[in-house]
Amino acid sequence: MKARPAASIEVTRLRKQFGAQGVLAIEDASLSIAPGEFVSVLGPSGCGKSTLLRCIAGLESPSGGSVSVNGTSVDGPPEGLGMVFQRDALLDWRNVADNLMLPIDFRHGDRAAARERAASLLALTGLQGFENAYPAQLSGGMRQRVAICRALVDDPVLLLMDEPFGALDALTRDQMNIELQKMWLAEHKTVVFVTHSISEAIFLGDRVVVFTPRPGRIADVIRIDLPRPRRLAVRGAERFNGYASHIRTLFEGMGLLKEEA
Amino acid sequence: MRGHLTAAGVLIAVFVLWEAAVRAFKVKPIVLPPPSAVFAELAAAPGWYLGHAWYTVLVTLGGFALAVLVGVLLAVLIVESRLLEKSIYALVIGLNSVPKVAVAPLFVIWLGTDAEPKIAIAFLIAVFAIVIDAVLGLKSVPPDILDLARALRGGRLATLWRIRFPCALPSLFAGMKVAIGLALVGAIVGEFVSSQRGLGYVILSAQGMFDTARVFAAILLLAAMGVALFWLIAALERFAIPWHASQKEHLPTH
Repeated sequence: MKARPAASIEVTRLRKQFGAQGVLAIEDASLSIAPGEFVSVLGPSGCGKSTLLRCIAGLESPSGGSVSVNGTSVDGPPEGLGMVFQRDALLDWRNVADNLMLPIDFRHGDRAAARERAASLLALTGLQGFENAYPAQLSGGMRQRVAICRALVDDPVLLLMDEPFGALDALTRDQMNIELQKMWLAEHKTVVFVTHSISEAIFLGDRVVVFTPRPGRIADVIRIDLPRPRRLAVRGAERFNGYASHIRTLFEGMGLLKEEA
Repeated sequence: MRGHLTAAGVLIAVFVLWEAAVRAFKVKPIVLPPPSAVFAELAAAPGWYLGHAWYTVLVTLGGFALAVLVGVLLAVLIVESRLLEKSIYALVIGLNSVPKVAVAPLFVIWLGTDAEPKIAIAFLIAVFAIVIDAVLGLKSVPPDILDLARALRGGRLATLWRIRFPCALPSLFAGMKVAIGLALVGAIVGEFVSSQRGLGYVILSAQGMFDTARVFAAILLLAAMGVALFWLIAALERFAIPWHASQKEHLPTH
């Protein structure tokens, strides 16, 4: 199967308020994402970064401003969208192979091609042999791998990931970062990756978008100039730490990360 | 297997104690016959008893099947429509607070004296448990999974069929386990009100003749039927939802 060209995203002066008097989640956020780019969205809990993702996914409609994918304004989930959630959102009643076929069941894609792709994705993530296992039989890391494979199975043009590794232990998380980079390098999908881990955001991203606390505004967009494939050891490199301390300074300026003198 | 042996042991112990107590205290058989007399009664006319038991089973299964069908349909309507949630749900809850036994004679007037009124009563008593548990199940889909279905551009029908239904199955089976017992109660109530067949009829006519052993024989059969019907649902459950936590002992983990 030949990969479809990755999508571009244009977010313009996005504003999202829940209800007329409700919480203002995002204010005046503008962001341009190029096809094939990996963008990390970083911010404290409840800062509206997930809301940004949901607006791009067409799961929430903007209260102001606009979101477009491939030049088409988003009013409902766009064509060719892959999504990964913090909890894997696997279907307990389907085994791994059938979970991977869910996008085909809903979107009526090419089933034979998807089966082939599923097999190669499972091989890439070390899950071959687990096709017939049910989610209840898998560890947290394996479940999230399956969820990522499922999001990729019908060759999406856009992958949105909402803190996908937030519920995993630190070691598994590192491993997943490496694997996700490997998958991304193989296909160069456009990825928007929401996280609250500074090092994860830098390790994975071409750019890191830093959000302020609620209402979420974009405080800074940092281009990460580290060669790929990145190894975990890069987290000890001087340039990596330069990015990290810059982001920490930003958070300190927002009143987060206070230390007693 | 070990659980079955324990249960059988307890059952035998109860019968032995019962027999011993009746003999020791010289209880009149018209008040409480010894189990030996009850078994002798059953053994005297097994075909006759089985015929009546079969009738009651059919009425029970008829009422139960109808309750599952109608109950699930109502639950879908309640979950899919906010308006219906308010109206039907209130109606179902209101109807359930009417003692169904009290309306049983009405069904005889409406539906005659054949199997139909008994099936109707069995249905009416069982359907509430199905509706409540099916609604619970259909609503138990994690929000992430509903978002996923939307992100995949799944329509309402596809989401209902591929997501909500399977997700509701564990809950639905819990409701069915309760409902099958209630359907049996309904069948007996129906046979009490008007019947020439079934174990309810056997009990009522035996009571008229103060034939206590026969009453106990019928009750024993009813108990056995209740257990067998419950097992039937449990077996279906194992077959239908092998993936669920309640069945997890059958699955190895990695």
